[in-house]
Amino acid sequence: MDPARKRKLRLVVALTAALLLATALIYTSFSASTEASKPSEVKPGRSYEVTGKVVKGSIRHTGDDLRFRIRDRDGTDSVPVAYTGVVPDPFREGREVIVSGELKNGTFVAERDSLVTKCPSKFTKS
Amino acid sequence: MAGVGSACLAIALLTALYAVVASVYGARSRRREWISSGRRAIYCVAALSVAAFALLEAAFLRSDFSYALVAEGSSTDTPTFYKVTAVWATQDGSLLLWVTLLSLFSTAVLFVTRRSLRDIAPYATAVLGCIAAFFLLLMVGWENPFDTLAMPPAEGAGLNPLLRHPAMMIHPPMLYTGYVGFSVPFAFAIGALIARRTGADWIRATRRFALIAWTFLGTGIMLGALWSYTELGWGGYWAWDPVENASLMPWLVGTAFLHSIMVQEKRGMLKVWNVSLICATFTLALMGTFLVRSGILDSIHAFGASTIGVQFLVFIGLVIAVSAGLIIFRLPYLRSEARLDSLLSREAFFLLNNLVLVGLCLVILWGTFFPLISEAISGTEASVGPPWFNRLVTPLALVLVLLTGIGPVLAWRRVTPASLRRILVVPLTAMAVALLALLAFTDAAESPASLAMFCFVAFVLAVVSQELWRGTMARRTMTGESWPRALARLTGRNRRRYGGYLVHAGIAVLFLGVAASSAFLDQRDVRLSPGDSFKLNGYDVTYREATAKLGGDSAGTGAPISFGAVLDVRKGGKHFVLRPSRNYYASPDPSLGTISRFFEGEATSEVDVRWGLTRDFWLAVRPDIGSLEGPIREADAKFADSPGDVQALIVAALAERYRSNPPPAAFRAIASPLVVWIWIGGGIAVLGALVAAWPSPEARLRRVRSLYSARVGQELSRA
Amino acid sequence: MEYALALLVLAALVAIVLWLPLRRRGEEERHDETLLAELSAAKEAKYREIRDAELDHRMGKLSREDWRSVDRDLRAEAIEILRRLDRIEGRSPEGGMDR
Repeated sequence: MDPARKRKLRLVVALTAALLLATALIYTSFSASTEASKPSEVKPGRSYEVTGKVVKGSIRHTGDDLRFRIRDRDGTDSVPVAYTGVVPDPFREGREVIVSGELKNGTFVAERDSLVTKCPSKFTKS
Repeated sequence: MAGVGSACLAIALLTALYAVVASVYGARSRRREWISSGRRAIYCVAALSVAAFALLEAAFLRSDFSYALVAEGSSTDTPTFYKVTAVWATQDGSLLLWVTLLSLFSTAVLFVTRRSLRDIAPYATAVLGCIAAFFLLLMVGWENPFDTLAMPPAEGAGLNPLLRHPAMMIHPPMLYTGYVGFSVPFAFAIGALIARRTGADWIRATRRFALIAWTFLGTGIMLGALWSYTELGWGGYWAWDPVENASLMPWLVGTAFLHSIMVQEKRGMLKVWNVSLICATFTLALMGTFLVRSGILDSIHAFGASTIGVQFLVFIGLVIAVSAGLIIFRLPYLRSEARLDSLLSREAFFLLNNLVLVGLCLVILWGTFFPLISEAISGTEASVGPPWFNRLVTPLALVLVLLTGIGPVLAWRRVTPASLRRILVVPLTAMAVALLALLAFTDAAESPASLAMFCFVAFVLAVVSQELWRGTMARRTMTGESWPRALARLTGRNRRRYGGYLVHAGIAVLFLGVAASSAFLDQRDVRLSPGDSFKLNGYDVTYREATAKLGGDSAGTGAPISFGAVLDVRKGGKHFVLRPSRNYYASPDPSLGTISRFFEGEATSEVDVRWGLTRDFWLAVRPDIGSLEGPIREADAKFADSPGDVQALIVAALAERYRSNPPPAAFRAIASPLVVWIWIGGGIAVLGALVAAWPSPEARLRRVRSLYSARVGQELSRA
Repeated sequence: MEYALALLVLAALVAIVLWLPLRRRGEEERHDETLLAELSAAKEAKYREIRDAELDHRMGKLSREDWRSVDRDLRAEAIEILRRLDRIEGRSPEGGMDR
C-alpha cells in the first residue's frame, strides 16, 4: 500500500472512531440524563431531580427519616420531602439542595442517598 | 498597611502592561535593551506580588479584622495553620495567589532563557505579562483583597469548617501551581508562533515547566480526592463533580502534551497538534479556575452570580481566538518535517495515547457542561451523573492503561516485529498468570472491567520491570559494570525515559486501587445503640460507647463541640478501635437561641479510617442530637442572657447527657479493598516525574560551556 | 493617603529598575547568536537520539538491520546540523571558538 493511501486510511479510521465516540456521547447522555426541575414543577407519576432551597424551620429528624420542605429558588410554594440516607454535612435550612425522587400522595418521596447540598458559595457577594 | 497592599497591586498592573509593550517593541525593533527592560518588568511584578501576598498573610496572622477578607474568612480561634491557609479560601486571596505564583514562574523561566530563545522570549514575556495583567485587573477593579472595613468587627466569621483539613488547604496552591505552570509553555508556544520559530526550541525550553505543572496539578487533584475520602461523610473519593472535573481536564490534556512534544522533539512532527494542545491545556486551566467561582453550571441564568464570571469568560474567549487565529495564520510554518515510518513505533502509539486522552477529556467536558448543552438544545436543563461518567470513562481508561504498557516496549521510528514478539512474551505471560490467579482465587470475575484492569496493570508492571532489567543487562554488556552500578548509571543517564516508566508504573498502581475499590467495596448503613454490633466484610463491629468532647477536637480544627463514638472492630485475631465523631461549630446567626446556636451551625463528619494494604475500614457516625432538642430549647429560654462561662457549663452538661445516655446513632461503614494503593500509586508517579525532571549533570556542563562561548562571542564583537 | 504615598514610592522604585537597561543603547539583536544556540541544542538532542537508538538495539527492540538503517538516518541528520553550525560560525566575526 503506498504511503498516500496509508495516510488516507488512517485518517478514515481516526474520523470513524471520533464519530463513534461522538455518537456514544450524545446518545447515552440524552438517554441517561435526569431533568433538573423546580419543586413547583413536580407532578406525580415520574421521577424528578429537584433543585431548590430548604424552607426555614421545616427540618425534622425522626429516627432514620429526615423530613423538610423544599421550595423554588425564587419562590414561596414548597413541597414536603421524606428522605432516608446520608445527610450531607452542609445540609441546613436556607441552603440549596438537589434531591431525586417521586411525588407520592403529596409528599416527595426521595431516593435513598440522593440528597446533595450545594456548598454555600464563598465566591459570590452575598 | 492595606493601602500599601493596594498600591502594590496597582503598580504591578501598570508594570505588567509595561512588560507587554516594552517586550513587543523590543522584539519588533530588535533592541535588546527594551527586551531586557520588559523582562525586568516581570521580575518587578513578581516582587510586588510577593510583597502584597506577604502583607495579606501578615494581616491574617495577626487577625486584623479591619481587612474585609480577614473578617470574612478567619477568626481569633482559628488554629494558626488554617489562618495561614485561609488566605486562599477566599476569592480575592486566591486571585492574589494565582498572580504571585504566575509571576514567580515567569521570573524563573525568563531568567533561565534570558540568553537563549532571543526571538521567542520577548513575545513570551508579553503573553505572560498579559495574563498577569488580567488577574491583577480583576483584583484592582473588582475583587481587591485589601478592601478595608470602616468598622472592623470584634471577631471574624472563621474558616468554613469543611475546609479545616490539611489536604484541603494545600489543595488550592497545588492546583494553582499546576495551572500557572502550564501558562509558561503556552506563552512560549504563542511566542514561537508569532516569531515564526516553530521548531522544537520552545518545547525544549519549557518542557520542565510543563512537567512540574503536571506533577503539581496531579498532586492537587489527588489531595482533593483524599479530602473527599477522609473528610466528607459519604466515603468516596471521586464524584464527577463539575469542580473536580474542571481540574482533571487540563491534567488529561497536559498528559497528552507531555507525550506529543517528545514526538516533535525527535521527529519534527505534530507541530500543529502540539501548539493546539498547549493552548487547549491553558484554556482548560483558566476554565478550571473560573468554574470553581461562578455559578455557571447551576444554570445559565445563574451565570451572573459571580462578580467576575463575565470577565473570565471574555478572557477565555480572547485566549481561544488569539490561539486559533495564530495557528491558522502560521500553518505554513507548522508543516511536519517527517512522516510516520511505521505503526509499530513510539510516535504512532504516542499519537494513539493522545487521542485516548483527548477523548477522555471531551467525554468529561461534555458531561460537565451537559446542563448547559441540554438547556440550549431542548430548553430543559438535564444533567448526567456518576453512572454515565463511569460508563463512558471506563473503556477509555482501560485502553489508556494498556497503552502505558505498550509504549515503553517500543522504540522511536520503528521496531522490528519479530523483536517485538520476543519482548512481549514475558509481560503477556505475566498478564495471563494474573488472569488465571484472579479467576481461580478471587471473585474478580464479577466485574469484567475490573478484571481487565487488573490484568492490564500486571502487564504494565511486567513491562516496566522488564525494561529496567533489559536496559541494565544491555549496559552491562557494553561497560561490564556491576548490577547496581549499571542500573544506577542506566537510569541516571536516561532520566527522562526511566522516570517516565516509573510514572507509568505509578499510574497503573493507581488504577489498580481505583478498580478494586470501586467494584468490590462493601458498605452498610446501620443505627446502633451502645452494645450493638454488626458484621461487614467478615469484620465484627461493636459500638462500645459514646464520646463527647468540648473545645478540643482530635483533628485540631478548633471545634467547640465534638460528639463521637468508640467502636471495636474484630476479625479473626485482629482487633482495632475506631473513633469517628461529628464536630459542631457555633453558628454566628443572631436569631438563634444562645444554647441552640452551638448545635445549629456547621457540622462536619470526622471520619475514622483504618488504613490497610489490602483493605481500608472506613467509619462515619451521625449522632442523633434530636433527643437533646427539648433540653436545648429549655436552656435557650432559661439562660438567654447568661454570660459565656455559664453557657459553657450548660453546653458541657448537655454534652455529658449525650455521652452517658446516647440515643441510637447512624453509622456508615465501608470496607474498600486496595484504596491505599491509589495514594501509593500517585506517590510513585510523582517520584517518577521528579526523576524525569531532574537535570542531568551533562546538561549542566553543556550549559556552562555554551554560556562561556557566548560570552567570548559578545566580548569579541564589542572589541 | 497611605495608598497615594505607597503608589508614588513604588512607582519610582519600579521606574528606576525598568529604566536601567535602557541606558545601554544600540545593542542590536544578533540573529546569528540565536541560531547558534538553537542549533547547538538540536545537535545535542540528535546525539542523544543516536545513543538511545543504540540502547534500543542492545535491548533487543531493533534488529541489526533496522538499527543500522535508523542509525544511518540519524547520523545524516546530525551531519546536516553540524554543517549548518559550521556555516554560521564561519560567518561570525569571532571566527568560531569551539575549534
